[in-house]
Amino acid sequence: MLELSRITAGYDRRAPVVREVSLTVGAGRSVGLLGPSGCGKSTLARVAALLHRPDSGTVVIDGVPVRGWRHRAPREQRTAFGVVFQQPRLAADPRMRLADLIAEPLRATGRRDEAAAAVAGLAGRVGLSRELLGRRPHEVSDGQLQRACLARALVLRPRWLICDEMTAMLDASTSAALVAAVETYRAESGAGLLAVGHDSVLLNRWCDETVHWDELPRESRSGV
Amino acid sequence: MSPVNPVTPVSPVHPVSPTSPVLSVDNLSVRFRMRGGRQIAAVSDASFALAPGECLALIGESGCGKSVLASALLGLLPRNAETTGRALLGDLDLLAADERTLARTVRGRRIGLVPQSPSAHLTPVRTVRSQLEETVRELTGVPKAGLREAAEAAAERAAFPATHLDRHPHQLSGGLAQRAATALALVGDAPLLLADEPTTGLDRDLVDRTVDELRRHADTGRALLMITHDLAAARRIADRVAVMYAGRIVEIADAPAFFGAPGPRHPYARALLDALPERAFTPIPGMPPELGDLPDGCAFAPRCARASARCETLPAPVDGVACHHPEEATACSN
Repeated sequence: MLELSRITAGYDRRAPVVREVSLTVGAGRSVGLLGPSGCGKSTLARVAALLHRPDSGTVVIDGVPVRGWRHRAPREQRTAFGVVFQQPRLAADPRMRLADLIAEPLRATGRRDEAAAAVAGLAGRVGLSRELLGRRPHEVSDGQLQRACLARALVLRPRWLICDEMTAMLDASTSAALVAAVETYRAESGAGLLAVGHDSVLLNRWCDETVHWDELPRESRSGV
Repeated sequence: MSPVNPVTPVSPVHPVSPTSPVLSVDNLSVRFRMRGGRQIAAVSDASFALAPGECLALIGESGCGKSVLASALLGLLPRNAETTGRALLGDLDLLAADERTLARTVRGRRIGLVPQSPSAHLTPVRTVRSQLEETVRELTGVPKAGLREAAEAAAERAAFPATHLDRHPHQLSGGLAQRAATALALVGDAPLLLADEPTTGLDRDLVDRTVDELRRHADTGRALLMITHDLAAARRIADRVAVMYAGRIVEIADAPAFFGAPGPRHPYARALLDALPERAFTPIPGMPPELGDLPDGCAFAPRCARASARCETLPAPVDGVACHHPEEATACSN
């Protein structure tokens, strides 16, 4: 279970963008979180992915309370998450070839020797050719780069996936291909998913359940 | 309407409407020269015409050449690009015009650009109000005393909230930044609006409002070329749809027939619609080809279930469809 309780978070303590919001995703479940631009849904997703420390509230991952965010989070909690962001260009180091980009989480966790096999396997899953793996981000399209970013999110075999507008920049075919790759991974690994977006047609088709930002429980401990 | 008009100046594939077009693109090709003598065929033989009051949606997967086509029309291609063909805006050939002409008379005045990534398009160190006032001052005859009001009216036209006018671009959400950029594009009242992915990153309500606004500007007699991968947005406002694949326009069709019955006729266009979550939600197998390494024949053949030996030759467009095995055209589609 991924449990977020009474989360208040933002970038200015006097004006938090998320106030006392709770959200629960059951183990192996997929939840689509819908909301308009600027409502705070991405901030909540970042809190869930341990990328943004909330001002208050608690996050419990598979029964273990979170005590630190970002580099303060213990590695086993940090690596339980794979995150895919909306804009692949902002999420990719322009100096890295796609193969290195995908392998970076393995390198960062001291598992460099697994990189070659893992990258080759994932490239097939997300539909990247060997030739594309040798290119740098400026030499590929947004869709191709997002495929690499998804592979990077999967390389540590996370128990949780957070997809924040993963397909908002992409055409219909690439969107369908990436969602299919996520679902294939979830089917075999049992990973849970929090997908954030504003496309209700997409999230309703993709996720077990969808919840609108305005319907999230406020100031209570109950989940969705 | 007769299928072939003998006096039509553009290729007979794309029938010209009776009024003279705002924009008439004829066999536009763009090649990028790369190191080692390599060539990237970003756009090949694109032809279409756009009448006043008409909205043409140019759709296709990312990397298919849509944005390069837009850049070519605005003269914003990098130096290693070579263009051939013609793109007539009134009597001005955009491909032959010099930078001075484009900068002083075309951009903003005769073509309004709604850009692809507003955060990169807006000046980061100035407020939205300051950028709007500058644009109003440069493009219209509004006296200094009226600038503030005119800028606020321009913001209002794009549904940009007046409360956010004094913010800098980094303080805006993606949606608001897009509306700021749209507001800037509308200031000059250009006869041609060129919207390059105007709805990327916007939520559905905002997509609808943004494209409805663009449609309203078409309804007042402007031509609108909307480049998009958002098929729902295209369906909402387009009169006609042009589908681009690997740098070529493979199908041009009336939007209602394309999105409704009988549907697209090119296999690629059919597959693209089938990838939508409200339809089959199945991706097209494989990936688009590299524009630097295109096959001699149909570029979609390697991903196409209908491909045959004939597809090794390039299909010529017939009735707006460039395919050897198109879906049967229904009789009396006109």
